[in-house]
Amino acid sequence: MTPSPDKAGEVVLRLDGITKRFGNLVANDAISLDLHKGEIVALLGENGAGKTTLMNILFGHYMPDSGAITAFGSRLPAGNPRAALAAGIGMVHQHFALADQLSVAENVMLGTEPLFRLRQHRAQARSRIAGLAQGFGLSINPDARVADLSVGERQRVEILKALYRDVRILILDEPTAVLTPQESDALFATLRRATAQGLSVIFISHKLHEVMAIADRCVVLRHGRVAGMTATADTDRASLATLMVGAALPNASIAPGQGGPVRLRLTNVAAPGLRGLTLGLHGGTITGLAGVSGNGQAALADLIGGVTAPITGEIAVDGVPQVQWTPRQALAAGVGRIPEDRLRTGGIGDFNLAENAVLETYRTRFSRHGLMDWPAIRAHATEIIATCDVRCDGPGQSMRLLSGGNMQKLILGRVLGAAPRIIIASQPVRGLDVGAIAYVHAQLIAARDAGAAILLISEDLDEVQRLSDTIHVISAGRLSPGFARGSISQTDLGLWMAGQGFDHAA
Amino acid sequence: MRLEPVLHPGPMRRMVPPALALLATVLVAALLAALAGANPFAVLGQIIVGATGSRLAILETLNRATPLIFTGLAVAVAFRAKLWNIGAEAQLYAGAIVAVLLGTGALAAPLVLPVSALAAMLAGALFLLGPVMLKVRLGVDEVVTTLLLNFIMVLFVSYLLEGPLKDPGGMGWPKSPALLPEARLPRIVEGLRLHWGFVIALLAAFVIWVVQTRTTLGFEMRAVGANLRAARFAGMPVTATLLKTALISGGLAALAGWSEVAGLKGHLSSDLSPGFGYTGIIVAMLALLHPLAIVLTALFVAGVFVGSDAMSRAANVPTYIADMLLATALLTMVLAILLTRFRVVRD
Repeated sequence: MTPSPDKAGEVVLRLDGITKRFGNLVANDAISLDLHKGEIVALLGENGAGKTTLMNILFGHYMPDSGAITAFGSRLPAGNPRAALAAGIGMVHQHFALADQLSVAENVMLGTEPLFRLRQHRAQARSRIAGLAQGFGLSINPDARVADLSVGERQRVEILKALYRDVRILILDEPTAVLTPQESDALFATLRRATAQGLSVIFISHKLHEVMAIADRCVVLRHGRVAGMTATADTDRASLATLMVGAALPNASIAPGQGGPVRLRLTNVAAPGLRGLTLGLHGGTITGLAGVSGNGQAALADLIGGVTAPITGEIAVDGVPQVQWTPRQALAAGVGRIPEDRLRTGGIGDFNLAENAVLETYRTRFSRHGLMDWPAIRAHATEIIATCDVRCDGPGQSMRLLSGGNMQKLILGRVLGAAPRIIIASQPVRGLDVGAIAYVHAQLIAARDAGAAILLISEDLDEVQRLSDTIHVISAGRLSPGFARGSISQTDLGLWMAGQGFDHAA
Repeated sequence: MRLEPVLHPGPMRRMVPPALALLATVLVAALLAALAGANPFAVLGQIIVGATGSRLAILETLNRATPLIFTGLAVAVAFRAKLWNIGAEAQLYAGAIVAVLLGTGALAAPLVLPVSALAAMLAGALFLLGPVMLKVRLGVDEVVTTLLLNFIMVLFVSYLLEGPLKDPGGMGWPKSPALLPEARLPRIVEGLRLHWGFVIALLAAFVIWVVQTRTTLGFEMRAVGANLRAARFAGMPVTATLLKTALISGGLAALAGWSEVAGLKGHLSSDLSPGFGYTGIIVAMLALLHPLAIVLTALFVAGVFVGSDAMSRAANVPTYIADMLLATALLTMVLAILLTRFRVVRD
């Protein structure tokens, strides 16, 4: 692909020296960036690199401390959310803002057209939407109710909303996080058509292979600064990753686990959101669970973690069927739980690190006669902080003040410190930077090698494929058969994720 | 405009807003006094003198603070676990009724005080247990149930005072017979109008503080209040914790009624509590639910009431100024505390 400045000369959006400080933290440090007509620029960076802050400044949610934004030659007033919209800039967020009970067409019109209009106008709007959908290859029925749509289709509605408002600059925030590989390909096709018609796109992502596939240019942010800016054609994944992290990534492949006996077995288990699952987790292995978000992953994590009990079917630990299945029972049976949401379920934001470190063990290990043994608790927390390298002021600091990575390290230390024989890790690296991701993965592999049976739930196929000895796909609460390491391609996993194959299996 | 959290508030940010809140409270009081046609400074002075200016005034303030410490603790214990007990008033009367039932002849001397205290706590505890069972089993909002039980209790008390518990020698007044001498809480120092209820209240504050900070139950109560979902996920006995919280909270509120009857009044009447149960909410909120701070805020609130009574007699300004003062203090303090943790940012 040719670098875009040759393709189209006109600069549609120019960020010039944008700087934003929060206290001592410089979130954006003199960031400058040009977007040309008809090009796709990928904005890359780890969490905390400043991508979100930059977009918030562009949309007027934050005032920059210095710097200017120019769209189509005229300067955008800072701190005015309407200015960006009026200038023809639109954004599709990770979390959609759609009215479930309305049709696609109504959602698209909402906020743009008056609510009460003559039938004729509605018909005109509807046909325009159908035309847009056709023109950009967004296959969607304008009369479908949004509640009945898949996540990928909802995203198309969001894109249609932007196109309907004649957006000329479209910003997509991690658009593929919720898509199957096939849906991602369809999205990319749409984006290519749209840019051919003059739309300019900023594509925020941290998935390098996608960036390589779709973007004309890449802008890499690190610690709030532009660490590099390059045409996609002149770079490769490894050098982009190096730019993001600031150092070369260790990319050693992971040795497979030594299979052991079945630690946890689910037999025909039904629970809210799960349909008749049978699954065995072997000691010394990592079982990966792939799937599009919201297909029963959370329900399965809750089930194994003891938060919900099976309605029918059986849970057996080391061959012993479990009669009562509660969080406490799961803990006693040796299940270590790394929950998806660190602040909502994993910890208590207003509690300090010491208190959070013993949430699961205060009764069994850190109290006597109903009295908390605070010196031992603080010592335990201090030990976790030291061994897991939790960056903090000490065990007395509130959990809320930690970064996501440090929260996860604390939770990991809490869970692994109890030497669990079964580990359920839900999205263990979501929102973490590369260094923290490497740490979490290394800890999981160490636990595996120590004999634990691990279930890794992730929406990142690369992560699942890299770590897992066996992969299952979950779709609409059903579980695919297990695929051994390396025995299934990403394309085939994508088909299972889209729900194909379940009817033949079973 | 919106709020941004301040991660490490400095001394200025910690001290200035509460000081301004206090100033605002004083200003509002002065304004109200001026509206009532009195000299604002004189009125404020009279409130302070009326609450603390003499031995009698101080004792009166301490007496008035006693039930407020109990109800403040009852509210704080429950609120800490996000159990919204608005029914301390009803639980208070439950304790008072038990004090009368057991204190008018049923029991002999060495037993009557401890037994009636424990029975009163049990009555208050059970009175809150119902609403909390409804909450944990059926999801019934405890704000509604505990609040409405207050009105039921007030009517029940007036039925008792007109009927079964009516003092035959009361010349028709709706009040209960007097407690036997051995059922009365003695005074701390003979001749001074201050009873042992005050000491028990201080003790209760200390015990609750120890429970909250040192025991597994306290840890569970705080965890359930701070993040129910995480507490449940961690395997904490959430339902049992809420029920135990209810028992403690109801028991504390009942002690307020018990100590008013056994320590101060010696009998039950329908005006036993001028809203101690509700004022306990103000006491607890001003103390940020801290059990030891509740002693201080209870003394402050009691002082405002006692001082305003005295001022009202002298300056002919209605005692409602006390309610206005406390309402202003509560609102401005809550706002001030918000501002110690967040800063306002203009968009």
